[in-house]
Amino acid sequence: MTRAEVRVVLPSPLRVLAQVGAEISVHVLGDVTQRTVVDAIEQRYPMLQGTIRDHVSKQRRAFVRFFACQRDLSHEALDAPLPASVASGDEPLLIVGAMAGG
Amino acid sequence: MPGVRVLVGTRKGAFILTSDEARKDWQVDGPHFPGWEMYHLKGSPVDPDRIYASQSSGWFGQLIQRSDDGGKTWVALDNKFEYDGIAGTHMWYDGTPHPWEFKRVWHLEPSLTERDVVYAGVEDAALFKSTDGGASWRELSGLRKHGTGPQWQPGAGGLCLHTIVLDPTNAQRIYVAISAAGAFRTDDGGETWTPINKGLRSGEIPDRDAEVGHCVHRITMHKSKPERLFMQKHWDVMRSENAGDQWTEVSGNLPTDFGFPIEVHAHEPETIYVVPITSDAHHFPPEGKLRVYRSRTGGNEWEALGDGLPQQDCYVNVLRDAMSVDTLTSCGIYFGTTGGQVYVSSDSGDHWMPIVHDLPAVLSVEVQTLA
Repeated sequence: MTRAEVRVVLPSPLRVLAQVGAEISVHVLGDVTQRTVVDAIEQRYPMLQGTIRDHVSKQRRAFVRFFACQRDLSHEALDAPLPASVASGDEPLLIVGAMAGG
Repeated sequence: MPGVRVLVGTRKGAFILTSDEARKDWQVDGPHFPGWEMYHLKGSPVDPDRIYASQSSGWFGQLIQRSDDGGKTWVALDNKFEYDGIAGTHMWYDGTPHPWEFKRVWHLEPSLTERDVVYAGVEDAALFKSTDGGASWRELSGLRKHGTGPQWQPGAGGLCLHTIVLDPTNAQRIYVAISAAGAFRTDDGGETWTPINKGLRSGEIPDRDAEVGHCVHRITMHKSKPERLFMQKHWDVMRSENAGDQWTEVSGNLPTDFGFPIEVHAHEPETIYVVPITSDAHHFPPEGKLRVYRSRTGGNEWEALGDGLPQQDCYVNVLRDAMSVDTLTSCGIYFGTTGGQVYVSSDSGDHWMPIVHDLPAVLSVEVQTLA
Protein backbone atom coordinates (compact mmCIF):
# COMPACT_ATOMS: atom_id res chain seq x y z
CA MET A 1 0.00 0.00 0.00
CA THR A 2 1.36 3.39 -0.96
CA ARG A 3 1.90 6.11 1.61
CA ALA A 4 1.57 9.73 0.54
CA GLU A 5 2.30 12.93 2.36
CA VAL A 6 -0.45 15.35 1.40
CA ARG A 7 -0.34 19.09 1.98
CA VAL A 8 -3.58 20.71 3.12
CA VAL A 9 -4.41 24.38 3.56
CA LEU A 10 -7.09 24.91 6.21
CA PRO A 11 -9.49 27.85 6.51
CA SER A 12 -8.69 30.32 9.23
CA PRO A 13 -11.34 29.24 11.79
CA LEU A 14 -10.14 25.65 11.65
CA ARG A 15 -6.49 26.69 12.02
CA VAL A 16 -7.46 28.42 15.27
CA LEU A 17 -9.37 25.37 16.42
CA ALA A 18 -6.54 22.95 15.60
CA GLN A 19 -3.87 25.43 16.74
CA VAL A 20 -1.89 25.06 13.52
CA GLY A 21 -0.59 27.32 10.79
CA ALA A 22 -2.13 27.79 7.39
CA GLU A 23 -0.74 24.57 5.94
CA ILE A 24 -0.56 21.13 7.47
CA SER A 25 0.55 17.81 6.07
CA VAL A 26 -1.04 14.45 6.67
CA HIS A 27 -0.04 10.92 5.78
CA VAL A 28 -2.48 9.00 3.63
CA LEU A 29 -2.28 5.25 3.11
CA GLY A 30 -3.55 3.95 -0.23
CA ASP A 31 -5.54 6.04 -2.66
CA VAL A 32 -5.47 9.78 -2.12
CA THR A 33 -9.10 10.89 -2.24
CA GLN A 34 -11.24 13.46 -0.49
CA ARG A 35 -12.38 10.78 1.91
CA THR A 36 -8.92 9.46 2.79
CA VAL A 37 -7.44 12.93 3.18
CA VAL A 38 -10.21 14.06 5.52
CA ASP A 39 -9.91 10.75 7.37
CA ALA A 40 -6.23 11.52 7.92
CA ILE A 41 -6.95 15.11 8.98
CA GLU A 42 -9.54 13.98 11.52
CA GLN A 43 -7.24 11.27 12.87
CA ARG A 44 -4.39 13.69 13.45
CA TYR A 45 -6.57 16.59 14.58
CA PRO A 46 -9.60 15.10 16.37
CA MET A 47 -10.95 18.54 17.23
CA LEU A 48 -11.71 18.99 13.52
CA GLN A 49 -14.07 16.03 13.44
CA GLY A 50 -17.48 17.16 12.29
CA THR A 51 -16.27 20.54 11.02
CA ILE A 52 -15.33 19.67 7.43
CA ARG A 53 -17.90 16.95 6.92
CA ASP A 54 -20.84 15.53 8.80
CA HIS A 55 -19.99 13.02 11.52
CA VAL A 56 -22.47 10.44 10.35
CA SER A 57 -23.09 10.88 6.64
CA LYS A 58 -19.47 11.87 5.92
CA GLN A 59 -20.82 14.39 3.41
CA ARG A 60 -18.93 17.63 2.97
CA ARG A 61 -20.56 20.51 4.81
CA ALA A 62 -22.59 22.65 2.46
CA PHE A 63 -20.40 25.72 2.86
CA VAL A 64 -17.05 23.95 2.65
CA ARG A 65 -15.23 23.65 -0.66
CA PHE A 66 -12.26 21.59 -1.84
CA PHE A 67 -9.95 23.28 -4.37
CA ALA A 68 -6.68 22.10 -5.93
CA CYS A 69 -4.68 22.95 -9.01
CA GLN A 70 -7.02 25.88 -9.80
CA ARG A 71 -9.99 23.53 -9.91
CA ASP A 72 -13.09 23.19 -7.73
CA LEU A 73 -13.18 19.52 -6.74
CA SER A 74 -16.06 19.92 -4.29
CA HIS A 75 -18.52 18.02 -6.40
CA GLU A 76 -16.20 15.16 -7.30
CA ALA A 77 -17.00 11.77 -5.79
CA LEU A 78 -15.63 11.27 -2.29
CA ASP A 79 -13.61 8.28 -3.47
CA ALA A 80 -12.37 9.77 -6.73
CA PRO A 81 -8.57 10.16 -6.85
CA LEU A 82 -7.35 13.69 -6.20
CA PRO A 83 -4.96 15.16 -8.81
CA ALA A 84 -1.57 13.45 -8.98
CA SER A 85 0.19 16.65 -7.99
CA VAL A 86 -1.80 16.67 -4.71
CA ALA A 87 -0.95 13.02 -4.06
CA SER A 88 2.72 13.78 -4.72
CA GLY A 89 2.74 16.76 -2.38
CA ASP A 90 3.58 19.23 -5.13
CA GLU A 91 0.25 21.01 -4.78
CA PRO A 92 -1.85 21.47 -1.64
CA LEU A 93 -5.49 20.60 -1.23
CA LEU A 94 -7.25 23.79 -0.27
CA ILE A 95 -10.16 23.47 2.15
CA VAL A 96 -12.09 26.70 1.87
CA GLY A 97 -15.08 28.24 3.57
CA ALA A 98 -17.50 29.15 0.79
CA MET A 99 -18.50 32.74 0.23
CA ALA A 100 -21.72 33.04 2.18
CA GLY A 101 -23.37 35.48 4.49
CA GLY A 102 -23.72 38.45 2.19
CA MET B 1 -15.78 39.80 47.81
CA PRO B 2 -19.05 38.77 46.16
CA GLY B 3 -19.50 39.59 42.52
CA VAL B 4 -21.05 38.45 39.29
CA ARG B 5 -19.85 36.97 36.04
CA VAL B 6 -22.18 37.42 33.07
CA LEU B 7 -21.75 34.98 30.19
CA VAL B 8 -22.96 36.50 26.94
CA GLY B 9 -23.40 34.53 23.74
CA THR B 10 -23.69 36.55 20.53
CA ARG B 11 -23.93 36.01 16.78
CA LYS B 12 -20.20 36.62 16.46
CA GLY B 13 -18.50 35.45 19.62
CA ALA B 14 -18.79 35.20 23.40
CA PHE B 15 -18.13 37.86 26.01
CA ILE B 16 -17.62 37.63 29.75
CA LEU B 17 -18.65 40.62 31.83
CA THR B 18 -17.58 40.85 35.47
CA SER B 19 -18.30 43.20 38.33
CA ASP B 20 -18.33 43.36 42.08
CA GLU B 21 -21.51 43.35 44.16
CA ALA B 22 -22.29 46.98 43.34
CA ARG B 23 -22.65 46.09 39.66
CA LYS B 24 -21.68 49.59 38.58
CA ASP B 25 -18.21 49.11 37.14
CA TRP B 26 -17.73 46.33 34.62
CA GLN B 27 -14.86 44.57 32.94
CA VAL B 28 -15.52 43.25 29.45
CA ASP B 29 -13.54 40.23 28.27
CA GLY B 30 -13.83 39.02 24.70
CA PRO B 31 -14.63 38.20 22.07
CA HIS B 32 -14.03 34.54 22.73
CA PHE B 33 -14.41 32.43 19.57
CA PRO B 34 -14.72 35.52 17.34
CA GLY B 35 -16.86 35.04 14.28
CA TRP B 36 -18.70 32.00 15.62
CA GLU B 37 -22.33 31.90 16.70
CA MET B 38 -22.39 31.34 20.45
CA TYR B 39 -25.90 30.16 21.14
CA HIS B 40 -25.39 29.55 24.85
CA LEU B 41 -22.83 29.52 27.66
CA LYS B 42 -23.57 28.30 31.15
CA GLY B 43 -21.54 27.59 34.26
CA SER B 44 -21.80 24.59 36.53
CA PRO B 45 -23.56 25.28 39.83
CA VAL B 46 -21.26 22.67 41.37
CA ASP B 47 -18.05 24.23 40.07
CA PRO B 48 -18.62 27.82 38.86
CA ASP B 49 -15.28 27.94 37.08
CA ARG B 50 -16.49 25.15 34.81
CA ILE B 51 -18.30 26.79 31.91
CA TYR B 52 -19.76 25.09 28.86
CA ALA B 53 -20.23 26.88 25.56
CA SER B 54 -22.09 26.03 22.39
CA GLN B 55 -20.13 27.25 19.37
CA SER B 56 -21.43 26.87 15.84
CA SER B 57 -21.21 28.26 12.35
CA GLY B 58 -22.95 27.78 9.06
CA TRP B 59 -19.62 26.76 7.56
CA PHE B 60 -18.11 24.38 10.07
CA GLY B 61 -20.99 23.02 12.13
CA GLN B 62 -21.20 22.53 15.87
CA LEU B 63 -18.49 22.59 18.51
CA ILE B 64 -18.71 22.31 22.27
CA GLN B 65 -16.16 24.14 24.39
CA ARG B 66 -15.47 23.87 28.10
CA SER B 67 -13.47 26.07 30.41
CA ASP B 68 -12.34 24.94 33.85
CA ASP B 69 -10.87 28.29 34.85
CA GLY B 70 -13.80 30.65 34.57
CA GLY B 71 -13.44 31.35 30.88
CA LYS B 72 -9.72 32.09 30.66
CA THR B 73 -8.91 28.99 28.59
CA TRP B 74 -11.08 26.59 26.65
CA VAL B 75 -10.93 23.01 25.39
CA ALA B 76 -12.96 21.67 22.46
CA LEU B 77 -14.98 18.63 23.49
CA ASP B 78 -16.95 15.94 21.71
CA ASN B 79 -19.22 17.48 19.10
CA LYS B 80 -20.86 14.30 17.87
CA PHE B 81 -24.59 14.45 18.53
CA GLU B 82 -25.86 11.28 16.92
CA TYR B 83 -29.51 10.40 17.25
CA ASP B 84 -30.20 7.09 18.91
CA GLY B 85 -31.15 4.39 16.41
CA ILE B 86 -33.07 5.21 13.27
CA ALA B 87 -33.68 8.95 13.43
CA GLY B 88 -37.08 8.81 11.72
CA THR B 89 -39.09 11.83 10.68
CA HIS B 90 -40.85 14.82 12.15
CA MET B 91 -43.31 17.05 10.31
CA TRP B 92 -42.00 19.69 7.94
CA TYR B 93 -43.53 23.15 7.50
CA ASP B 94 -45.73 21.87 4.68
CA GLY B 95 -47.00 18.95 6.73
CA THR B 96 -44.90 16.29 5.02
CA PRO B 97 -42.53 13.94 6.91
CA HIS B 98 -38.99 15.28 7.14
CA PRO B 99 -35.90 13.38 8.33
CA TRP B 100 -34.50 14.31 11.72
CA GLU B 101 -31.18 16.11 11.10
CA PHE B 102 -28.83 17.52 13.71
CA LYS B 103 -28.14 21.22 13.18
CA ARG B 104 -26.89 22.85 16.38
CA VAL B 105 -26.95 22.98 20.17
CA TRP B 106 -29.28 25.68 21.45
CA HIS B 107 -28.92 25.22 25.19
CA LEU B 108 -26.51 23.64 27.68
CA GLU B 109 -27.70 22.86 31.20
CA PRO B 110 -25.10 21.65 33.71
CA SER B 111 -26.35 19.42 36.52
CA LEU B 112 -27.22 21.07 39.81
CA THR B 113 -25.38 18.39 41.78
CA GLU B 114 -22.95 16.43 39.60
CA ARG B 115 -19.89 18.19 38.24
CA ASP B 116 -19.51 16.05 35.12
CA VAL B 117 -23.16 15.84 34.11
CA VAL B 118 -24.48 18.28 31.54
CA TYR B 119 -27.50 18.26 29.23
CA ALA B 120 -27.72 19.66 25.70
CA GLY B 121 -30.87 20.72 23.90
CA VAL B 122 -30.43 20.53 20.15
CA GLU B 123 -32.05 21.24 16.79
CA ASP B 124 -33.65 19.11 15.33
CA ALA B 125 -35.23 18.70 18.71
CA ALA B 126 -33.65 16.16 21.03
CA LEU B 127 -32.08 16.04 24.46
CA PHE B 128 -28.55 14.74 24.95
CA LYS B 129 -26.72 13.98 28.19
CA SER B 130 -23.03 13.79 29.01
CA THR B 131 -21.78 12.19 32.19
CA ASP B 132 -18.12 12.92 31.52
CA GLY B 133 -18.03 16.69 31.33
CA GLY B 134 -18.86 16.84 27.63
CA ALA B 135 -16.32 14.25 26.48
CA SER B 136 -19.17 12.19 24.99
CA TRP B 137 -22.89 12.60 24.45
CA ARG B 138 -25.83 10.18 24.50
CA GLU B 139 -29.33 10.97 23.37
CA LEU B 140 -32.13 10.55 25.92
CA SER B 141 -34.23 9.24 23.09
CA GLY B 142 -37.31 8.49 25.16
CA LEU B 143 -38.29 12.10 24.55
CA ARG B 144 -38.12 11.99 20.76
CA LYS B 145 -39.61 8.51 20.62
CA HIS B 146 -42.37 8.80 23.17
CA GLY B 147 -45.01 8.89 20.45
CA THR B 148 -45.76 12.44 19.35
CA GLY B 149 -42.36 13.04 17.70
CA PRO B 150 -43.61 12.52 14.12
CA GLN B 151 -46.12 15.35 14.74
CA TRP B 152 -43.55 17.89 15.89
CA GLN B 153 -43.19 20.78 13.48
CA PRO B 154 -40.50 23.48 13.45
CA GLY B 155 -41.23 27.04 14.50
CA ALA B 156 -39.80 29.97 12.59
CA GLY B 157 -36.43 29.38 14.26
CA GLY B 158 -36.35 25.67 13.55
CA LEU B 159 -37.37 22.56 15.47
CA CYS B 160 -35.29 23.36 18.51
CA LEU B 161 -35.13 22.10 22.07
CA HIS B 162 -34.21 25.38 23.70
CA THR B 163 -35.21 25.09 27.35
CA ILE B 164 -34.04 22.61 29.99
CA VAL B 165 -35.18 23.09 33.58
CA LEU B 166 -33.84 20.79 36.30
CA ASP B 167 -35.87 20.25 39.47
CA PRO B 168 -33.62 21.19 42.42
CA THR B 169 -35.48 18.84 44.77
CA ASN B 170 -35.83 15.83 42.50
CA ALA B 171 -32.92 14.78 40.29
CA GLN B 172 -35.22 12.53 38.28
CA ARG B 173 -37.48 15.36 37.15
CA ILE B 174 -36.57 17.46 34.11
CA TYR B 175 -38.65 19.82 32.01
CA VAL B 176 -37.88 20.72 28.41
CA ALA B 177 -39.53 22.97 25.86
CA ILE B 178 -39.48 22.61 22.10
CA SER B 179 -40.55 25.03 19.39
CA ALA B 180 -43.06 24.26 18.11
CA ALA B 181 -43.97 21.04 19.89
CA GLY B 182 -44.54 22.22 23.45
CA ALA B 183 -43.39 21.34 26.95
CA PHE B 184 -42.48 17.89 28.21
CA ARG B 185 -41.59 16.38 31.59
CA THR B 186 -39.72 13.32 32.73
CA ASP B 187 -39.93 11.90 36.25
CA ASP B 188 -37.40 9.14 35.73
CA GLY B 189 -34.26 10.98 34.71
CA GLY B 190 -35.08 11.16 31.03
CA GLU B 191 -36.11 7.64 30.13
CA THR B 192 -39.81 8.39 29.64
CA TRP B 193 -41.56 11.66 28.91
CA THR B 194 -45.03 13.18 29.07
CA PRO B 195 -46.31 16.17 27.10
CA ILE B 196 -47.45 18.83 29.59
CA ASN B 197 -49.46 21.23 27.46
CA LYS B 198 -52.96 21.14 28.94
CA GLY B 199 -54.44 24.60 29.17
CA LEU B 200 -52.26 26.09 26.46
CA ARG B 201 -54.29 27.78 23.77
CA SER B 202 -52.56 28.42 20.48
CA GLY B 203 -54.45 30.21 17.73
CA GLU B 204 -51.93 28.95 15.19
CA ILE B 205 -53.20 25.37 15.53
CA PRO B 206 -56.81 24.38 14.94
CA ASP B 207 -57.29 21.99 17.86
CA ARG B 208 -57.60 24.02 21.09
CA ASP B 209 -56.74 20.96 23.14
CA ALA B 210 -53.88 19.68 21.02
CA GLU B 211 -51.43 17.56 23.00
CA VAL B 212 -48.47 18.95 21.03
CA GLY B 213 -47.86 21.69 18.50
CA HIS B 214 -47.56 24.62 20.90
CA CYS B 215 -44.77 27.13 20.44
CA VAL B 216 -43.43 27.39 23.96
CA HIS B 217 -40.71 30.04 24.11
CA ARG B 218 -39.39 29.61 27.62
CA ILE B 219 -40.14 27.97 30.99
CA THR B 220 -38.73 28.91 34.38
CA MET B 221 -39.22 28.13 38.06
CA HIS B 222 -38.15 29.37 41.47
CA LYS B 223 -36.01 26.82 43.25
CA SER B 224 -38.14 27.03 46.42
CA LYS B 225 -41.34 26.21 44.50
CA PRO B 226 -40.34 23.59 41.95
CA GLU B 227 -43.93 22.53 41.16
CA ARG B 228 -44.81 26.08 40.11
CA LEU B 229 -43.76 26.84 36.58
CA PHE B 230 -43.97 30.03 34.54
CA MET B 231 -44.04 30.03 30.75
CA GLN B 232 -43.69 32.59 28.02
CA LYS B 233 -45.44 31.10 25.03
CA HIS B 234 -45.41 32.43 21.47
CA TRP B 235 -48.47 34.33 22.62
CA ASP B 236 -49.59 34.20 26.27
CA VAL B 237 -47.79 34.13 29.61
CA MET B 238 -48.79 31.00 31.51
CA ARG B 239 -48.48 29.53 34.99
CA SER B 240 -48.77 26.02 36.39
CA GLU B 241 -49.11 25.00 40.03
CA ASN B 242 -48.69 21.29 39.42
CA ALA B 243 -45.48 20.69 37.48
CA GLY B 244 -47.10 21.47 34.16
CA ASP B 245 -50.10 19.16 34.44
CA GLN B 246 -52.35 22.17 33.90
CA TRP B 247 -51.59 25.70 32.74
CA THR B 248 -53.46 28.95 33.35
CA GLU B 249 -52.98 32.18 31.47
CA VAL B 250 -51.61 35.09 33.53
CA SER B 251 -50.98 37.64 30.77
CA GLY B 252 -53.27 40.10 32.57
CA ASN B 253 -52.61 43.73 31.68
CA LEU B 254 -49.49 43.21 29.56
CA PRO B 255 -49.50 45.48 26.49
CA THR B 256 -48.82 42.38 24.39
CA ASP B 257 -48.36 38.84 25.60
CA PHE B 258 -45.92 37.87 22.86
CA GLY B 259 -42.30 37.60 23.95
CA PHE B 260 -39.42 35.25 24.48
CA PRO B 261 -37.75 35.23 27.93
CA ILE B 262 -39.33 34.84 31.34
CA GLU B 263 -37.46 34.85 34.64
CA VAL B 264 -38.20 34.63 38.37
CA HIS B 265 -36.71 36.90 41.03
CA ALA B 266 -34.02 35.08 43.02
CA HIS B 267 -35.65 35.72 46.41
CA GLU B 268 -39.33 36.32 45.62
CA PRO B 269 -41.00 33.24 44.10
CA GLU B 270 -44.03 35.26 42.94
CA THR B 271 -42.05 38.01 41.23
CA ILE B 272 -41.57 37.35 37.54
CA TYR B 273 -40.24 39.27 34.55
CA VAL B 274 -41.05 39.30 30.83
CA VAL B 275 -40.20 41.55 27.90
CA PRO B 276 -43.32 42.12 25.80
CA ILE B 277 -42.70 42.20 22.07
CA THR B 278 -45.28 43.63 19.66
CA SER B 279 -45.86 40.47 17.67
CA ASP B 280 -44.29 37.51 15.96
CA ALA B 281 -44.09 39.54 12.78
CA HIS B 282 -42.57 42.66 14.33
CA HIS B 283 -40.12 41.27 16.88
CA PHE B 284 -39.62 44.66 18.51
CA PRO B 285 -41.16 46.26 21.59
CA PRO B 286 -44.39 48.27 21.48
CA GLU B 287 -44.15 52.00 20.76
CA GLY B 288 -40.39 51.82 20.30
CA LYS B 289 -40.01 51.66 24.10
CA LEU B 290 -37.89 48.94 25.67
CA ARG B 291 -39.66 47.90 28.86
CA VAL B 292 -39.36 44.94 31.13
CA TYR B 293 -42.64 44.03 32.81
CA ARG B 294 -42.66 42.78 36.38
CA SER B 295 -45.42 41.02 38.24
CA ARG B 296 -45.13 40.66 42.00
CA THR B 297 -48.22 38.48 42.09
CA GLY B 298 -47.06 35.64 39.88
CA GLY B 299 -48.80 37.10 36.87
CA ASN B 300 -51.97 38.94 35.86
CA GLU B 301 -50.91 42.27 37.41
CA TRP B 302 -47.92 43.74 35.63
CA GLU B 303 -45.94 46.98 35.91
CA ALA B 304 -43.69 48.49 33.25
CA LEU B 305 -40.02 49.02 34.14
CA GLY B 306 -38.22 51.39 31.84
CA ASP B 307 -36.06 53.64 33.99
CA GLY B 308 -32.69 53.64 32.28
CA LEU B 309 -33.89 51.77 29.19
CA PRO B 310 -34.40 53.49 25.82
CA GLN B 311 -37.91 54.89 25.66
CA GLN B 312 -38.02 56.05 22.08
CA ASP B 313 -36.98 54.69 18.69
CA CYS B 314 -35.96 51.32 20.11
CA TYR B 315 -36.63 48.35 17.84
CA VAL B 316 -34.55 45.52 19.24
CA ASN B 317 -35.65 42.08 20.36
CA VAL B 318 -34.76 40.08 23.46
CA LEU B 319 -34.35 36.39 22.71
CA ARG B 320 -35.46 33.49 24.87
CA ASP B 321 -32.13 32.69 26.53
CA ALA B 322 -31.07 36.32 26.87
CA MET B 323 -32.39 37.08 30.37
CA SER B 324 -31.05 35.98 33.72
CA VAL B 325 -30.96 36.88 37.41
CA ASP B 326 -28.22 36.84 40.02
CA THR B 327 -28.67 35.74 43.63
CA LEU B 328 -27.06 38.68 45.41
CA THR B 329 -28.98 40.17 48.34
CA SER B 330 -30.37 42.87 46.08
CA CYS B 331 -31.37 40.69 43.16
CA GLY B 332 -29.89 41.70 39.82
CA ILE B 333 -31.79 41.29 36.56
CA TYR B 334 -29.94 41.12 33.23
CA PHE B 335 -30.91 40.94 29.61
CA GLY B 336 -29.30 41.31 26.21
CA THR B 337 -30.77 42.56 22.95
CA THR B 338 -30.43 41.84 19.28
CA GLY B 339 -28.98 45.36 19.05
CA GLY B 340 -25.98 44.27 21.08
CA GLN B 341 -26.79 45.91 24.40
CA VAL B 342 -26.64 44.11 27.74
CA TYR B 343 -28.56 45.83 30.54
CA VAL B 344 -28.44 45.27 34.29
CA SER B 345 -30.71 46.30 37.11
CA SER B 346 -29.18 45.83 40.54
CA ASP B 347 -32.45 46.61 42.32
CA SER B 348 -34.88 44.01 41.01
CA GLY B 349 -35.79 45.99 37.92
CA ASP B 350 -36.50 49.46 39.32
CA HIS B 351 -33.52 51.06 37.58
CA TRP B 352 -31.45 49.89 34.63
CA MET B 353 -28.08 50.68 33.12
CA PRO B 354 -26.26 49.35 30.09
CA ILE B 355 -23.16 47.26 30.72
CA VAL B 356 -22.20 47.27 27.05
CA HIS B 357 -23.79 49.02 24.07
CA ASP B 358 -22.33 47.58 20.93
CA LEU B 359 -21.86 43.83 20.98
CA PRO B 360 -23.04 41.66 18.10
CA ALA B 361 -26.66 40.54 18.42
CA VAL B 362 -27.06 38.88 21.81
CA LEU B 363 -28.32 35.31 21.79
CA SER B 364 -27.96 34.37 25.45
CA VAL B 365 -27.19 35.85 28.86
CA GLU B 366 -26.40 33.76 31.91
CA VAL B 367 -25.27 35.13 35.25
CA GLN B 368 -23.05 33.49 37.83
CA THR B 369 -23.05 34.83 41.35
CA LEU B 370 -19.56 34.42 42.74
CA ALA B 371 -18.71 34.15 46.41
